[in-house]
Amino acid sequence: MKKAISFKKVKKSYGQLKAVNGITLSIEEGEFFGLLGPNGAGKSTLINMLAGLVKPTSGSISAMGFDVIKDYQNARHSLGIVPQELVFDPFFNLREMLRFQAGYFGKGKSNDAWVDEVIERLDLKEKASTNMRMLSGGMKRRALIAQALVHRPPVIVLDEPTAGVDVELRQKLWAFIKELNVEGHTIVLTTHYLEEAEALCNRVAMLRAGKVVALDTTTNLLKKFAAKNLKLRLSLENAFKLSSIIKGIKFSADSDFYTFELKKIDDIGKIISALNKASIEILDMETVDQDLENIFLKLTGNKV
Amino acid sequence: MNNLHNQLIGTWTLLKKELLRFWRVAFQTVAAPVITGILYLLIFSHVLDGRVEVYEGVPYMAFLIPGLIMMSLLQNSFSNSSSSLIQAKVMGNIVFLLLTPLSYIQLFFSFLVASIARGIFVGFCIYLIATLYIDLPIEHPWIIFLFAVFGGGLMGAFGIIAGVWAHRFDQMSAFGNFVIMPLSMLSGVFYSIHSLPVSWQKVSQLNPFFYMIDGFRYGFFGQSDVSPYFSLSIVILFFIVLSYGTIQMLKSGYKLRG
Repeated sequence: MKKAISFKKVKKSYGQLKAVNGITLSIEEGEFFGLLGPNGAGKSTLINMLAGLVKPTSGSISAMGFDVIKDYQNARHSLGIVPQELVFDPFFNLREMLRFQAGYFGKGKSNDAWVDEVIERLDLKEKASTNMRMLSGGMKRRALIAQALVHRPPVIVLDEPTAGVDVELRQKLWAFIKELNVEGHTIVLTTHYLEEAEALCNRVAMLRAGKVVALDTTTNLLKKFAAKNLKLRLSLENAFKLSSIIKGIKFSADSDFYTFELKKIDDIGKIISALNKASIEILDMETVDQDLENIFLKLTGNKV
Repeated sequence: MNNLHNQLIGTWTLLKKELLRFWRVAFQTVAAPVITGILYLLIFSHVLDGRVEVYEGVPYMAFLIPGLIMMSLLQNSFSNSSSSLIQAKVMGNIVFLLLTPLSYIQLFFSFLVASIARGIFVGFCIYLIATLYIDLPIEHPWIIFLFAVFGGGLMGAFGIIAGVWAHRFDQMSAFGNFVIMPLSMLSGVFYSIHSLPVSWQKVSQLNPFFYMIDGFRYGFFGQSDVSPYFSLSIVILFFIVLSYGTIQMLKSGYKLRG
């Protein structure tokens, strides 16, 4: 399969600060790829270098095989970038803004029908003739996505697309982005919402301090880092007592719920028999899958 | 993907957007400078008409008009590119341009032509209104055209440099107040430099605005303080130097691409 995006030994320094420190990463055509990391991990710098907004200190980046510096025009034709900030041009209405954006990419009047389709699919038809200033935050966010799509790029990069968006709109945007992926677009998503990456991405890269600390399919990453957890509701007054009863198994407490990290399935038997011996009553029991958030915390040692 | 046809559409789109941008706020970008120009004309001509004759046989009011037209043309050409860029930078929407395949030459060309267009449009409006008050001869229309285009171009390029360099509105105001305004007011719009002491005549000759005003005025009356061809050479030279500087600035991504 052809590479949609390729980063080779990419570095970006600002004085002493190494914002991106030697990242090598490829994203295949048709993938739904997530780029995760805490603030300052280098996600946006990486995206900005791909978009040509920031020049790398060293290394090379290509989009659909086109070098983003040497062959920047073809590379930019291949990319639709949705910036993180809610920026807009206050002089024009939505339709005008989208037509201008398409025009910059050499798309003339014959592209107007596609612009109207994008407007309709993003549920912006009623606001197409409204000045950008008058749109709500959610509409401006959708307008930014529309702007990235007007020149029909094969690769779409969304930098925190659902930041500050309400739950309903987030669900709609997820559905729309999924649809784009099904239609054949390669999607690259940076996000703080790990549930978003877990729900959408086939593969994720986790970044910390400008380096990739994990890169795998979402499923593999969940398998690799996480056995199931056992969550018990116990009639127990003192959690300290528990650590003396059950040795060698980590747990965390949240009111009367206790979550045990299982290394192997036999651990369940050990825990239950230890609790029985100590005459601690089990009020409720469930097994819980690890989520990306836990893996993320383990790998980065940071809160999200 | 990015053939010549696409590039032409891209350039035209940006030019059209820049033209529409100032047209949408024509009250501020056209009407305001036209009114200012006409006020200068009415006040100065009221005070000095009949008392001052700079060129033989040319009433002071008529002498004043080409200078005022050119001054407004230059100031508005500068304002168009500089305000467009600083607004886009402060608002953050400059990113929409930077993400596109538009080359630095395309950016330069579109911003420059839009600047020239606004400058000439404002100048033409002042000319039309001024002709309601007085008959103005046009001796050399091609000279008028060349000075308008190269003068507007020079200031459009200067506006791009200022817009790229500045990152706050107060920095941009400093350009207008401390560079453009003094240079244009001291360029011989209201007087001939021959009326100045010799030392100030020499100082005036270091001001590129002087050549733009003097040469432009020659197109109307066939009279000037220095040779119009020398003035045109100076204006074209400045235009080439500033355009080269602007293109290099855009090519390097200075203050635009980190």
